[in-house]
Amino acid sequence: MSNLTASRVLAPIGTAGNLFAFGLDVGRGLFRRPFQLREFIQQAWFIASVTIIPTALVAIPFGAVIALQVGGLIKQFGAQSFTGSAAVLAVVREAGPIATSLLIAGAGGSAIAADLGARKIREELDAMMVLGIDPIQRLVVPRVLACMLVAVFLNGLVSVVGVAGGYVFNVVLQDGTPGAYLSSFTALAQLPDLWQGMVKALVFGLIAAIVACYKGMRAAGGPKGVGDAVNESVVITFMLLFVVNFVMSAIYFQLVPPKTG
Amino acid sequence: MGVEIKVEHLTKSFGKQLIWGDVTLTVPAGEICVMLGPSGTGKSVFLKTLIGLLKPDQGSIVIEGTDIATCSEKELYEIRKLFGVLFQDGAMFGSMNLYDNVAFPLREHTKKSESEIRDIVMEKMDLVGLIGAEDKLPGEISGGMRKRAGLARALVLDPEIVLFDEPDSGLDPVRTAFLNQLIVDLNAQIDATFLIVTHDINTARTVPDNIGLLYHRHLAMFGPREMLLSSEEPVVRQFLNAQRVGPIGMSEEKDADELEAEKDQELPPLPPIPMQLEPSNGIARRSQRPPGDWCRQNGVTPPPGSFEENMSLAAGV
Repeated sequence: MSNLTASRVLAPIGTAGNLFAFGLDVGRGLFRRPFQLREFIQQAWFIASVTIIPTALVAIPFGAVIALQVGGLIKQFGAQSFTGSAAVLAVVREAGPIATSLLIAGAGGSAIAADLGARKIREELDAMMVLGIDPIQRLVVPRVLACMLVAVFLNGLVSVVGVAGGYVFNVVLQDGTPGAYLSSFTALAQLPDLWQGMVKALVFGLIAAIVACYKGMRAAGGPKGVGDAVNESVVITFMLLFVVNFVMSAIYFQLVPPKTG
Repeated sequence: MGVEIKVEHLTKSFGKQLIWGDVTLTVPAGEICVMLGPSGTGKSVFLKTLIGLLKPDQGSIVIEGTDIATCSEKELYEIRKLFGVLFQDGAMFGSMNLYDNVAFPLREHTKKSESEIRDIVMEKMDLVGLIGAEDKLPGEISGGMRKRAGLARALVLDPEIVLFDEPDSGLDPVRTAFLNQLIVDLNAQIDATFLIVTHDINTARTVPDNIGLLYHRHLAMFGPREMLLSSEEPVVRQFLNAQRVGPIGMSEEKDADELEAEKDQELPPLPPIPMQLEPSNGIARRSQRPPGDWCRQNGVTPPPGSFEENMSLAAGV
């Protein structure tokens, strides 16, 4: 009985360890030749095609709602001239990576988990191992790299669309002036903000792809198992990404002091 | 040609449930072996353990001096190149057509030109009778065709060991007969070691040189075909002749009451041993033994009517 309890309590730790070990395997697979360029390009194209349109559609209201919130707040402070700057900071630093992470996990990660899960239960992965091919090197590494690449691009897309959406909202609906919105861009924002957004997107892409591949490759128990794997992969990725986002933001504020004046 | 597989004291369990324990057998090089067993006795698990997809808890599997149970990942990938495996549903890659599926191992492991690959792929597709279906996707063809395509892919690297996971499940009797003939012809042609996992008794009675029977978490018996077919051992006898009387019940084992109830029942006589399936060109395989050879050498009288030409294959089934 005590054995059973112990194994139940320790199970999550074991899972976390397995996930980490899987990540290390992927890291080792990165350097193994031959690199699967074809698979990488196909996957990058595939992930981009399932995420670009939803991302753009999410980014517009995201930019608008930030403009609404920040614009309102900043008007209360009596600092309307900084509206543009505040919107840029909010979109580039936080909203961009967060929206990216939601879509990479929700659209890209679920597609990867479903694909690998289906291959697992059809014994395709076993067949591949038996043919002397390591699925981590052949399938997982290209997907992880593709996911990271697409995440960085998506982050750029969200930033541009978000800032543009904020501009339209601020200028057209909140009676801001275009000049004030644009000229205040550099007042508070700085170049490292852009870098940290990209690094975050890169890390989010990595985590989303590794979790999705891990869950997909461990799918078991028929078609239901694939559904469960997709579901779990999305939930786990969301939780991990929000925690990692917090940690990375905290580190960023320690490393790069906020611009004053 | 062909490679011997030496299995010693192999034990495998999932959690606390023992699948089978202390399995010791040697699959002789170049011969056809069949591994039989009631449903759920871990036949597929045994096959997956042989190729290193599952790690056994104890014991060793030695192939060409390498122990699969303990060797490194790298050695494992190397040794797997000796294997061709036919999975239960063919396990074709769903995103590729049949041609690319069969060509896949060649493209990954050899530096052959596309025209050389084409020749080899077409030869194997012809062998399994799939010419004309190269452009089909695995989802578009029947289960039998998927199985044959899987066989073509398993053979494309000229394996030394070919493992078949239930080649006859889900096939009609005619296709099963063709597939069995194909297996025998292939063995004659490439001399590789064949291990077939099945519960089709007809296949087991006519195709192999050796038969093994997994039952009740251990290897009940392993030996030449005639030894098992003439055996009086209750489990072997019951299973190979598909009878209800014997120790095997609907769910694994019968309990003491059931056994007691059928204690006095007369066991039906052993059916005659059929002829072994011969290659279609009539030239005997290297590992083939003359009919009745084992019985004569070991002083066993085969059941009356054994080894007669034109005997019904379905006798006793």
